Amino acid sequence: MSVEVGTRTAGGIGQRAIRPDGVAKVRGEFAFAGDLWAEGMLWGQALRSPHPSARIRGIDVGPALLITGVHAVLTADDVPVNRYGLEHRDQAVLAGDVVRYAGEPVAIVAADHPDTARRACAAIVVDYEVLAPLVDPGLSQSVERPIHPDGNVFRDLVIRRGNPDSRGPVVVEGDYEIGMQDQAFMGPEAGLASPAADGGVDLVVSTQWLHNDRDQVADCLGLAPELVRLTLGGVGGAFGAREDVSLHIHACLLAVRTGRPVKIVYSRTESFLGHVHRHPARIWMRHTARPNGEIVSVESRILLDGGAYRSSSYHVTANAACFAAGPYRVPNALVHAIAVRTNNPPCGAMRGFGVVQSCFAHEAQMDLLASACGLDPVEVRLRNALAPGDELLTGQRIEGALPVAEVIRACAALPLPAPAVDDVLARPGGAGRTAGARDVRRGVGFAVGFKNLMYAEGYMDGSVARCRIDGGVVTIACAAAEVGQGFVTLVQQIARTVLDVDDVIVAPADTDMGSAGSTSASRQTMMSGGAVEKVCRAARAELERRAGGDEVDIAALTAREPVDVTEEYHHRLTHPLDADGQGDAHVSFACAAHRAVVDVDPELGLVRVVHLATSQDVGRVLNPLQVTGQIEGGIAQGVGLAVMEELIVEGGQVRNASFTDYLIPTALDAPTVDAVLIEEPEPGAPFGAKGVGEPPTISSTPAIVAAIRDATDAACTRVPVRPRDLVP
Amino acid sequence: MAVIVPESLESALAALTAYPDAAVLAGGTDLMVEVNDGRRPLTRVVAVGRVPELTGIRVDGATVVIGAATTFAQLERDPVAELVPALAYAARTVGSPQIRNAATIGGNVATASPAGDALPVLVALGASVEIAGGNRRRLVPIADYFTGPKRSVLDAGELVVAVQVPVLRGAQDYLKVGVRNAMVIAVASLAIAVDLEARRVGIGLGSVGPTPLAAPEACSWVASRARWRSDGVEVADEDVVEFGERVAGAARPIDDHRGTARYRRHAVSVMARRALRRCTR
Repeated sequence: MSVEVGTRTAGGIGQRAIRPDGVAKVRGEFAFAGDLWAEGMLWGQALRSPHPSARIRGIDVGPALLITGVHAVLTADDVPVNRYGLEHRDQAVLAGDVVRYAGEPVAIVAADHPDTARRACAAIVVDYEVLAPLVDPGLSQSVERPIHPDGNVFRDLVIRRGNPDSRGPVVVEGDYEIGMQDQAFMGPEAGLASPAADGGVDLVVSTQWLHNDRDQVADCLGLAPELVRLTLGGVGGAFGAREDVSLHIHACLLAVRTGRPVKIVYSRTESFLGHVHRHPARIWMRHTARPNGEIVSVESRILLDGGAYRSSSYHVTANAACFAAGPYRVPNALVHAIAVRTNNPPCGAMRGFGVVQSCFAHEAQMDLLASACGLDPVEVRLRNALAPGDELLTGQRIEGALPVAEVIRACAALPLPAPAVDDVLARPGGAGRTAGARDVRRGVGFAVGFKNLMYAEGYMDGSVARCRIDGGVVTIACAAAEVGQGFVTLVQQIARTVLDVDDVIVAPADTDMGSAGSTSASRQTMMSGGAVEKVCRAARAELERRAGGDEVDIAALTAREPVDVTEEYHHRLTHPLDADGQGDAHVSFACAAHRAVVDVDPELGLVRVVHLATSQDVGRVLNPLQVTGQIEGGIAQGVGLAVMEELIVEGGQVRNASFTDYLIPTALDAPTVDAVLIEEPEPGAPFGAKGVGEPPTISSTPAIVAAIRDATDAACTRVPVRPRDLVP
Repeated sequence: MAVIVPESLESALAALTAYPDAAVLAGGTDLMVEVNDGRRPLTRVVAVGRVPELTGIRVDGATVVIGAATTFAQLERDPVAELVPALAYAARTVGSPQIRNAATIGGNVATASPAGDALPVLVALGASVEIAGGNRRRLVPIADYFTGPKRSVLDAGELVVAVQVPVLRGAQDYLKVGVRNAMVIAVASLAIAVDLEARRVGIGLGSVGPTPLAAPEACSWVASRARWRSDGVEVADEDVVEFGERVAGAARPIDDHRGTARYRRHAVSVMARRALRRCTR
C-alpha cells in the first residue's frame, strides 16, 4: 500500500533533502569531537585495569606526578560521588577497591601532551590482588558470592501467555548462540571539558543523550545540574555505544581539578575497551505447531551476558523476551530471559537492542518449522504473520500499523539477482583468489523481524523543541543528538513544510534547553520530529494570529517582535510488565523482511553475501535518501554479525580490540540492496512516520545465515558463522 | 623525536650506523600501527623515501630486481604483473588502495611477519634479499632469511635494498584465506610457481608457521610425479589430492584469534590442490 508523499515545499517532507552537514563530511571538513581544541588545554588519559577481576591493595601515583608536564593524577579518592550508570548507578568512575573487568578505569591523568599522559599512566603503580574471573554467564547465578553488592542478576523475566503446556503435533527446537558484536563506530570517543568561572564545567562531547550525561556528570562531581553544561560535539556514529558515559566524568574532574580545559580522545583500542557491546546470548527455543504450520506454542530460555555492570541490561532483557517469538501469532508461550553479571566487558545498547539475538533464534526455528511441515519458508511466515488487532506475547493488542504480511510479500516478490559473474573478485574469498567458479554454491534465505519503537514499560518519554523566527529567519533548537542518522535534515524538512519557508537554521544541541531524550530505540524521528512539528505548528499559529487573516509574510510579521515558542512532545503512556510478563508496555512497532542471496565456498567455509532484498514498514517516508541509507547501513551491520563481527573474549580479556582483527564489512563484502518501503502511516506519529534505524539490522543477519544453511547444509546455530563452522 | 631524511643509500646507511636503534620508515604501514598502539616509542626515525637506490624495477637477465621502496600498488601493475604474476596477485590482497599506495615490498620483507603477503611468493620463487649495512653488501636467499616470527637475519643498522626475483616460464598463482573478502590479514596463504625449464614446482605458505614456509618435500614429490612437457605440465587427479595433503603436512599452524590450527591446515590442503590444478592441466 502507498500513501501520498511529498509537499510542494522544496526540501520538505517526503523529498530527498540533502543533509546540512553532508558536504562538509564528504569533504573531510566537518569538525568531529576529536577535532576539538582550546587555548591552553591539557590532555586526559585513563589508566585501565589489565585484570578482569582483582582487588586493589594500593595505588602509588607518586612516580606519575614526578613526570614533567603532568598536571593532575586522580584516583577513586578524588571523585566526590564515585558511582554512575546509565539506568542504575552500579559503576565506579574510578575503581576504588575492586576491578570487575579488563579495561575498567583506575586512575586518570591530565598532562600537557598525550604522550606525557600515557607515560604518566604507565608510571602509576597499582598493587592488584588478582582474582579468578567469573567469565561463564551460565555459572553467574551459582557462584558462592556475587561479584557486586547489587548481585549477579540484572533481570530475570518470565512471560507466560495462554497455556504454556499446550502442544501442537509438530515440534522443532534448537540451541543458538550469538557472539559479542561491537558497534564499531568510526569516530572514537572524544570530548573537551572546560572549567567555568561560576565553579561549573562546560563539556563538548560526542554522545547520544546530553541530558542523561549531564545528570550523571553533575552527580559525580557533586555539582548542581545547572552548573554542568553539555554541548554536542561532532559524532562519528553511535549505534548504542554512546548511551553510557565514557570519558565525560573523567574530563570534567580533570578540568575542575587543574582549572584548565582538558581534552580526551580514545585510541581505537581504548574505544573497544571503553564502551559497552551487544550482549552475547545463549538461547534455547522450542516451537510446536499444527501440521499446516500454524504455531501452537513457543518456549524459550534466553541467557544474556551483561558483563561487569548493568548499563541497559535490564531493558535489553525485556526486549529479548517480549519479541522472542518474532512477528507471529503465538497463542501459548513461556519465555524466560535472564541477564547476568560476569567479569566480561560490560554489555548494553546496540542497534536492535536485545531483539537481534532473539530474531536469530526465532527465524532459525521458523525455517525448521517450514521444513517439518513441508512448507516454503515464506509461506510458513505468512501463515503466522501478526496483524493489527492481534496480541503480542505480552498480551498487548497491536493498535497502530504493523504490516507484517505486506513486508513479507513485497520482499519475496523482488527479483532474484543474476547468476554469479565470472570474476574471481566477486566470489567468496574475493581478492584472495581462493575460489574457482565450480567451488561456489549459491543459497537463498528469508527472515522477518520486528521490534518496538521508543522506550517502554511505563517510561515517561518526551522531547522539547524551540522555534524562533526573527526577521523571517527560522531557527529550530532541539537537544536531540545527531549521530549521523540525519535528524538535522528532518528538522529542516519538517520546519520547511509546516512554516512554508526555504531556509531553516538548526541550532547546536545543548543542555541549555529541555531534554530531547536519547538518540536510540528508533525514537528521534517520532519523538523529536514530533516536538519539532508541534513547535512549528505553534509558531505557524502565532504567525497566523499576527496576520489576522491576511497573507502570512513571515519576515514582516517577525521584523519587530520575534516569534519564540517552545513545545514538548510525548507519546501515549505505556505500562510496566506484570509478574507474568503481561502488559501494554510498548508504544509502537516496526517490521521488516529480508531475503539474502549468498555464494559460499563450502570447502573453505568462505562466504560472499551477494544480494539483500528487503521490505520495511516505515510508516511514512520523510526522506527516501536517508531511509535508504539506514537500510543499507543496517544491512551492512547485519552482514557483519552474520559472517565476521565478533569481539573475542577469553578469560575476560578482549583478544581483538582493533580494526586489524575486529573485522567489519568492506565495500567488497557489502551486498547489493534492493528495498521496497511499505507506507502505512502510524497513528499519532508526526506525518505517520516510524523510526527506521533498527529493523534493517534485526532480520538481515538470520536471512544471511539461512542462505548459508541453504548453500551448505551446515547447521549454523551460532553467529558470526566462522569459516571453520562450515568446513567438514 | 628526530627525523633523518637521507637522499642517498650511503647517507641512509651512515645514519643507521650512527643510530642503530633508529626506526626505518618507508611506507609506514607496519611502523605506524605499532606507534599508534603505543608498542613502539619513537626517538629517532630514518625516512628512506628519498633514497633513489631503493626505487625502481629492472630486469637483469632471468631476474627482476625490485627496489625495496616499490609499493604494492606498483607491484600490481606491469612489469611485475607480467613477469611475476603471483606477486601481483599477492599485492592486490594487501590492505586497501590507500595502504597499497604506501606499503612497500622492502617493508614487508624487513618486518618479516609470517602473514606478510608478498613473502610466500618470494619463498615459492626462491627469491633473494639484497641487504646493505655499513660497508657490507650481502645477498641472502629467502630460505635463509627468516629466523622467527617478525625476526630475520637483518641486523640493526642494515637496510633491505631490493629483492631479486627469478623470472620463470610457467604458471603461478597466489591464494589467501581471510574472513573478509578484502583488506584482511591472512588466516592462511599459499603461493605456487611452476618452473617449466627446471621442471620444478615451488610453494610458499603464509600464516601457518612462525615464518613463511616452503614445502620442499611436497614439491619434489609432485615434480617427480608430473608429466612435464615444454609448454606445460600434467598432474593426475589423485596426485593433486595427495599434493594437497603433503603441502598441508609442511604447515606448522597454531590456534589464535584469527583461526584454529586445524582449519589452517585444512585450508592449506584445499588451496594447494586448487593452486596446482590452476597451474597444470
